[in-house]
Amino acid sequence: MTDELLPPPRKDPQKRTLSPTRPPEARSRASLGLSAAAAEGRFALQVCAECNTVQYPPRDACSRCIGTDLHWQDIAATGQLLADTVIQTSTKLYFRERAPWRMGSVKLDAGPVVLCHIHSDCEKNSAVTMLNRLDASGQGVLLAIPTIRTTHMEDDPQLRALSADPRHRRILITDAWNPNTPTLANALIEAGASTVFVGESESWRPHPNRDALAAIDKVEVLPLDVTDTASVKKLAGEIGGKTDILINNARFMRPGGVLDRGDTGFAKEEMEVNYLGMMRLAQAFGPAMCARTTDGVNSAVAWVNILSVNALSNSPDYGCFSASNAAAYSLSQSLRGEFRGAGLRVMNVFVGPTDDAWYQPLPPPKVLPPAIARSLVDGLQRGLEDVWCGDVAKDVRDRWRRDPKVLEREMTNGGDGA
Amino acid sequence: MKQRLNYEGVAIAAPFTMPYQRYSIDTAHWWIAKALRGSLDAAGVAPTDIDGFSVASFTLAPDTAVGLTQHLGLCPRWLDNIPMGGASASVALRRAARAIQAGDANIVACVAGDTNQIDSFRNMLSSFSRFAMDASYPYGYGGPNANFALLTDCYMQTYGATREDFGRLCVAQRDNALRNPNALMKKPLTLDDYINARPIADPIALFDCVMPCAGSECFLVMSEEEAQRRQVPYATIGSAIERHNAHAEDDIQLRGGWTMDIDELYAMAECTPTDIDLLQTYDDYPVISMMQIEDLGFCAKGEAPEFVRSHDLTVNGDFPHNTSGGQLSAGQAGAAGGFIGMVEAIRQVTGTAGATQVKEASTALVSGFGMINYDRGVCSSASILKTGARA
Repeated sequence: MTDELLPPPRKDPQKRTLSPTRPPEARSRASLGLSAAAAEGRFALQVCAECNTVQYPPRDACSRCIGTDLHWQDIAATGQLLADTVIQTSTKLYFRERAPWRMGSVKLDAGPVVLCHIHSDCEKNSAVTMLNRLDASGQGVLLAIPTIRTTHMEDDPQLRALSADPRHRRILITDAWNPNTPTLANALIEAGASTVFVGESESWRPHPNRDALAAIDKVEVLPLDVTDTASVKKLAGEIGGKTDILINNARFMRPGGVLDRGDTGFAKEEMEVNYLGMMRLAQAFGPAMCARTTDGVNSAVAWVNILSVNALSNSPDYGCFSASNAAAYSLSQSLRGEFRGAGLRVMNVFVGPTDDAWYQPLPPPKVLPPAIARSLVDGLQRGLEDVWCGDVAKDVRDRWRRDPKVLEREMTNGGDGA
Repeated sequence: MKQRLNYEGVAIAAPFTMPYQRYSIDTAHWWIAKALRGSLDAAGVAPTDIDGFSVASFTLAPDTAVGLTQHLGLCPRWLDNIPMGGASASVALRRAARAIQAGDANIVACVAGDTNQIDSFRNMLSSFSRFAMDASYPYGYGGPNANFALLTDCYMQTYGATREDFGRLCVAQRDNALRNPNALMKKPLTLDDYINARPIADPIALFDCVMPCAGSECFLVMSEEEAQRRQVPYATIGSAIERHNAHAEDDIQLRGGWTMDIDELYAMAECTPTDIDLLQTYDDYPVISMMQIEDLGFCAKGEAPEFVRSHDLTVNGDFPHNTSGGQLSAGQAGAAGGFIGMVEAIRQVTGTAGATQVKEASTALVSGFGMINYDRGVCSSASILKTGARA
């Protein structure tokens, strides 16, 4: 059985913080299908459209019929452990520093034999369940776990390395004002977070979350205004070295498209918070977090953005707000690339309209804070990159994947005239 | 299927080994030049007499056999580059032999060599194959150690082999290596040393693994008439086979491609396993030697552990095996590791093996195995050599 992961002792400031090392990142283009599926927590393999052969490793042609019409499909994630080994030494620093490392070969019920990481609780020749998870290089890798749950299973070091689990970690939520903040804080603490810092702008103004946050043990409210570079830098100076997960839920929104507004005032504010706010936070917190991705149990592990799903395709009712989210989404992709070398994950939670005052004119379904909290905690625990929260977000995602132009046409109806 | 032609009339001569070094500051080009020159000198052949050239190497990049022709000033009319690692020797031999038979070349030099600089093993691993990059190295980056640990684990579970069985094979090879002045391992190995060695990738421990090193090996292929005219000792080719990606349907590799071609191997050479005086297996790990002992017909599948318990695998034993110490004790010089058994077998059947000579050896089987593309060795090869003219 896996040993329970205990809270880490206080960090010894005299010891050197280990430089980030990473597992191999290089992959063929065909193989990136596995990473794309892992980004959403799906177990998918290549299937030949002609002869239906499920194959692995990913290829450019079918190994049975040499057809080239290959698709990634979700596959039953079950199999049998054939053989396993514990690697005691490796020429790759990442594994050398983490040895011993268990890996083995699994015969999938779907057909192929895969080499994969093996959870320490898997017994020889036993039935296993496969996970497809992103590793510290941001590539999809396969891990076999016991089919029947074991005690403290999530605390297995190899499984934890494939997650951004909040357990024993210190988390910053950037905006105390957002209606979802108390619910997020509670859910993260329930998931084992040791501390939740909450950034609060305009502390002199009363807001409805203040009492709720004050009532939560392990929450520390600190001044933070994401539109003010000095404020962001000041907080990073105080807690940047102990922020393991940063959740950027700062949001400024007003309804309306371009012609609904007489000037660029609100648009400027939307960009200041939703786009430049993320940039300021990244410039202040990013370097310290990147330097601490190998810092033991409570290493820096993830950067989370909560975005409107209309970042993918504009909704003119909220046209300017959508545009600021599109900018933020694009910036998050840049951050992914920039954080990749350190192994710091960027997770985007795409949310449909939320059930709060600024979305009041829209009909249901709307997303309530507990749904966001569930998606967010689950995404961290599974180390996801893209999380789709609520029915509207999933609907937009599916339409967008089917045909972005058709979706754009659907979203930009002019309405029936006379 | 049409019976393939035999290899009659072809001689294999002038075996040369450039003594291995653990690390080298020289390049693969240098090592290949050394071995080539060694074989040419041994046969009294001038570089301009070479009209066929076959190269196996992992560390020539960015060059191939093509670059080497200009580098070494050769002008061949037949050129081959063999990227098959441990299976290279028999593959190079049978292709060269066909060139001789067809008259495409008069003398073919077959050479394999690699350097081993600090970090070159790590660099080679990282660019070994696409499947390895995509689907093997991300899982602990154990390299071949991890792959063979899985095969060994499965072999032990399936056939009841023990670590002692693998140890017997390694210990016998070390005995042989102590007779070979060029072997990198110079200390005797006991079964206790083997069992108590540092674990590498369970159940594989230190003495299951070869030591990467620099080195090169070469031999010449020509007609028997040419060999006789030049008065060099030579072997003849009883038969030779190669096979790639055999038994792809097996979940894990417990047999190799030899099983598909073994009948033809012995039939063409007009002999049986009992006629083999010595066996050179490709021994990157002892489990693979066991697999070859089975697949080449010396015992039934799964019985190699019992076979090594009941036979003496040393030079003077009843089943001489890897008489120069093999890669496990002499070192693994990259692609030259695919040649070590071939070059030693030529020496054995021509009576030039010196301290490792098996008495009256006249028939040798050389087996090759190579290229862990993903989860198994893809290439297998073998050839049977017979005495042509002794020294």
